[in-house]
Amino acid sequence: MPHDFPADSVGLVEPQTFHFNEPLLLTCGRSLSSYDLVVETYGALNSEGSNAVLICHALSGNHHVAGYHSPEDRKPGWWDSAVGPGKPIDTDRFFVVALNNLGGCHGSTGPDSINPETGERYGPDFPMVTVRDWVASQARLADRLGIRQWAAVVGGSLGGMQAMQWAIDFPERLRHCLVIASAPKLSAQNIAFNEVARHAISKDPEFLGGRYQDHDTYPKQGLMLARMVGHITYLSDDAMGARFGRELRGGKLSFDYDADFEVESYLRYQGETFSRSFDANTYLLMTKALDYYDPAAEYGDDLVSALERTRCQFLVVSFTTDWRFSPERSREIVDALAAAGKPVSYAEVDAPQGHDAFLMPIPRYMDIFRGYMQRVARDIPGTEDN
Amino acid sequence: MRADLEIIQEWIKPGARVLDLGCGRGELLSFLTRHKGVQGYGLEIDPHDITACIEAGVNVLEQDLDKGLGNFKDNSFDVVVMTQALQAVHRPDRVLEEMLRIGKETIVTFPNFGHWRARFYLAFRGKMPVSKFLPYTWYDTPNIHFCTFNDFEELCWQKNIHIVERTVVDSRHRNRWSNRLWPNMLGEIAIYRVTR
Repeated sequence: MPHDFPADSVGLVEPQTFHFNEPLLLTCGRSLSSYDLVVETYGALNSEGSNAVLICHALSGNHHVAGYHSPEDRKPGWWDSAVGPGKPIDTDRFFVVALNNLGGCHGSTGPDSINPETGERYGPDFPMVTVRDWVASQARLADRLGIRQWAAVVGGSLGGMQAMQWAIDFPERLRHCLVIASAPKLSAQNIAFNEVARHAISKDPEFLGGRYQDHDTYPKQGLMLARMVGHITYLSDDAMGARFGRELRGGKLSFDYDADFEVESYLRYQGETFSRSFDANTYLLMTKALDYYDPAAEYGDDLVSALERTRCQFLVVSFTTDWRFSPERSREIVDALAAAGKPVSYAEVDAPQGHDAFLMPIPRYMDIFRGYMQRVARDIPGTEDN
Repeated sequence: MRADLEIIQEWIKPGARVLDLGCGRGELLSFLTRHKGVQGYGLEIDPHDITACIEAGVNVLEQDLDKGLGNFKDNSFDVVVMTQALQAVHRPDRVLEEMLRIGKETIVTFPNFGHWRARFYLAFRGKMPVSKFLPYTWYDTPNIHFCTFNDFEELCWQKNIHIVERTVVDSRHRNRWSNRLWPNMLGEIAIYRVTR
């Protein structure tokens, strides 16, 4: 019933699974002999295969970027605000590709998949994958879809890191790179927060060394705590203050240790929901991929020389109240690109929502995003006003 | 294109690396990119101008000139340009120093507060000049450091900045005889090319 969906929605969408048999050698030295990638696409690929946009997901994201899986879905995909007909990533112009990354828990091969070599679930034995490995697997997906060069690779947060890695590892395979609310590598504070999350999960008695599924359980408390801590870092002090203040749940203090304040019950709810839908081993793996990300490391710790090899144009966007990946971190990327003489535009959007701002339809952000994507559309070979 | 931009583009060599401070909607960079193959960036803080640059395909970086330019290396640009923004920064002298550090060459344009109309306005009305050319009221204006050509040249002299070239224009015509005759009285916009 597509008429039930908003006019600027891609409507009802269905994920597809692509199976890959060619082994993928990973940065950690191990390899995956075969693997699946779950993918959603929106819009139509033109005959030259030149209008494709890849969207890379962040820590807890997946392939379901826009639209609905069923008419009963209460919420659309995670970046529906930016992807659809007439939206910044306009599905009337672009063929949009989104996937669940390797190691994920939404259908692509990951810790809860069966290891074809042993016939048993990978669990904690799933090899550590890095941003670079993800990009390599995405390149194979592009080959499979007949996309030689992306019109743009787009990502926020950890997704932005993948977009940057694309520009470095496959300079000829993208024309534009959009890096939103991201960083060139994690700071000690970022890693510290990830460590708190991992500690919470791995020390949960139900974690069972990562073999929880074999015992029909999962580290619910650990995942909840990990998500609660993570969630605090996604919001700004102002955003939390505006939303919850010191609002009490029952109107008065309870003088016990249950949740008194609205913000407490909100965090519990977020943690609870997340723990039911996300795999603990995947969470550990994704946070490690974040910690390990450092594209400059292979280039003498010099981000400028890492970015010197890029051939695409860049848009970098940050948000003023984002303290997880602050504007200063985006500036490091911008300054390195400018020092390397690469085409880059940068905007620092004044927004109270913290890191989460990158998912929200903030008017100035959407104007910038739309404006840039119009340029991406103009740069599609064969486009008239080129 | 604005009169001063028209002249500046003639001063910039093809293929140069250009940094445009306060680039507005990116007219100059857009022109230079298309016609001279320059590679450059504009710095701007106005959100609407930034979006306009992004749409036009001009490389624009959101950066406040008053917070410094320390992120750019010495001599990293062939030309650093600042058109009609000198009077709007907190410390024009420091920005000028920074421009000379970053660029091999520096081009600055600014409105002349010593122009006869401004002098006339202040002398006879006893009020800060408001005109088509300087349309702001004194209490609500981005222009906080007006100067005359003579003031600017004195600053250059004090700081050992070498003036390579100066052209004086009015807002419509280019370089008329009257501008050359008595620039500090008759010229509306000055365009300076300076080096260390």
